[in-house]
Amino acid sequence: MSRRETIGELLVQRGISRRALLKYSAYLATLMALPPTAARAIADALAAARRQSVIWLSFQECTGCTESLTRSFNPTIEDMIFNLISLDYHETLQAVSGAAAEEARLTSMRENKGKYVLVVDGSVSTKDGGVYSTNAGKTNLQVLRETAEHALALISVGTCAAFGGIPHAHPNPTGAVPVSEIITDKPVINISGCPPIPEAMAGTIAYLVTFGKLPDLDHLNRPKSFFGDTIHDRCYRRPFYDKGLFAKSFDDEGARRGWCLYEVGCKGPVTYNACATLKWNGGVSFPIQSGHGCLGCSEPNFWDKGGFYRPLSTSTGSPAAVIGGAAAAGVGIGVASALLVRRRKSDAAKEPHS
Amino acid sequence: MNLLAFARGPALTVALAVFVFGVAWRLLSLLLLPWARDLAVARATAPPALVGAVKGFVRHLWPPRPLARGALIVTVNGYVFHLGLAVIVFGLAQHILFLRGLFGVHWPNLPSGVISAVAVVTLASLFVALGRRLTNPVLKLISTSNDYFSWFVTMLPVATGLIAVSHLWAPYETLLAVHMLSVSLLLVWLPFGKLMHAFLVFLTRAETGIVYSRRGAEI
Repeated sequence: MSRRETIGELLVQRGISRRALLKYSAYLATLMALPPTAARAIADALAAARRQSVIWLSFQECTGCTESLTRSFNPTIEDMIFNLISLDYHETLQAVSGAAAEEARLTSMRENKGKYVLVVDGSVSTKDGGVYSTNAGKTNLQVLRETAEHALALISVGTCAAFGGIPHAHPNPTGAVPVSEIITDKPVINISGCPPIPEAMAGTIAYLVTFGKLPDLDHLNRPKSFFGDTIHDRCYRRPFYDKGLFAKSFDDEGARRGWCLYEVGCKGPVTYNACATLKWNGGVSFPIQSGHGCLGCSEPNFWDKGGFYRPLSTSTGSPAAVIGGAAAAGVGIGVASALLVRRRKSDAAKEPHS
Repeated sequence: MNLLAFARGPALTVALAVFVFGVAWRLLSLLLLPWARDLAVARATAPPALVGAVKGFVRHLWPPRPLARGALIVTVNGYVFHLGLAVIVFGLAQHILFLRGLFGVHWPNLPSGVISAVAVVTLASLFVALGRRLTNPVLKLISTSNDYFSWFVTMLPVATGLIAVSHLWAPYETLLAVHMLSVSLLLVWLPFGKLMHAFLVFLTRAETGIVYSRRGAEI
């Protein structure tokens, strides 16, 4: 398949009508809160654009992010993204292997120098030179630096690539870091989540292809269109929170009535993602709707925030020893100061009165 | 570590440790002081010390009749914010969860809307107390920075908690962190300032009750 073809020509070859492209464009525009006129602009831009070269690198990860994108409930929509891009390298999805696969990456880098988008899922091992995660005889660290050098932009897909994720969790034996800590001279878009919502990945890539610029990002470099609100703010159980009606366990009357899961550790109030609105599996459900609190998987260090089932308003420390020690010290000093006063008084009483 | 993680973890742990240390220190250093023996002969009708202590405490829950009229507003206002603080601390589900994490005991919570309403009233009552302190010439004269700072660290958790529950002006994680840090400040200050009356009020009023009942006084 020639890379000189436009996306529109390719879609025609594959029997995808302009109507389908318009519907998809309208869907993406809606997801990203763009104005209605943007749908037409997206469709026209996509049809006229040449396919964006994308190199996808997988580092310390579980392939859940790729699974999320490719095994989604409604793959025809998210599959469209593969018609928009030229996925030149993806270890899980590519047919070739070994030297031929590596050659494909190098060829794409040469032919699209300064124009390709680099997608990374997984965190980067840095300890001991990054030897804990290697591929084709090179550490992830080396491959990332080499591939990012002439990339147009980077997209960190999943919490591992965006914030370090589970490999970064204490005690972080491999010295895992997010992509943005290694590559500091290129724009890095973070699409966090464990895994991220497929529409967030597809929408962001489509935005890049269509407009040739980065979407609006939040302070953690996540697209605001998908990470602008907390789960809590959009949660259908929010009215129960406001009323103070909480499930006390996963099997009590409150849980059966669908009350708020704050008391069983839901992290929705401090988690920014679109789960409560886009949901999963084609809009069927999301974790809170299934009866489990939000884990906060799209936030940095979600694994080390004191436990998934510990409510947000509680202390995360284990202060028994510290407080016990403080109490003992307080008792000791209190007793000592009282004894000192008693001794002074006793000494004063012994002194001869004038 | 972000602000919320700091507030929920090290800040609260240190604040609780300082609080426990300070309260133990101050209480023991007071209780173990040499007690002056009351050499006066007790009235024949004087009740046992414990009864005198309880009666003294109960009697001081309201000002004596000759003084009640002049102290009505300040007394009622005092009750409003003290009871309000108690309802907020022990009635909000999130606070019960916090206390359950510390002590392992829990109880049913009040509706969040009720707590918010109580918090608004409490906050207003605290400002009335401050206003009186600033406008009453005598009270103003005897007020020190200790009084004003004690008022501030009491007001701050109420205000920040109300804002956090209402999700106003800033992301919830920031509001929750600021609220928790304000509680930490309160805990750190409590044993060393005038807020220690939370513990000492029982001792001082009981002691007054014992002394006066022994002498047959009804004040």
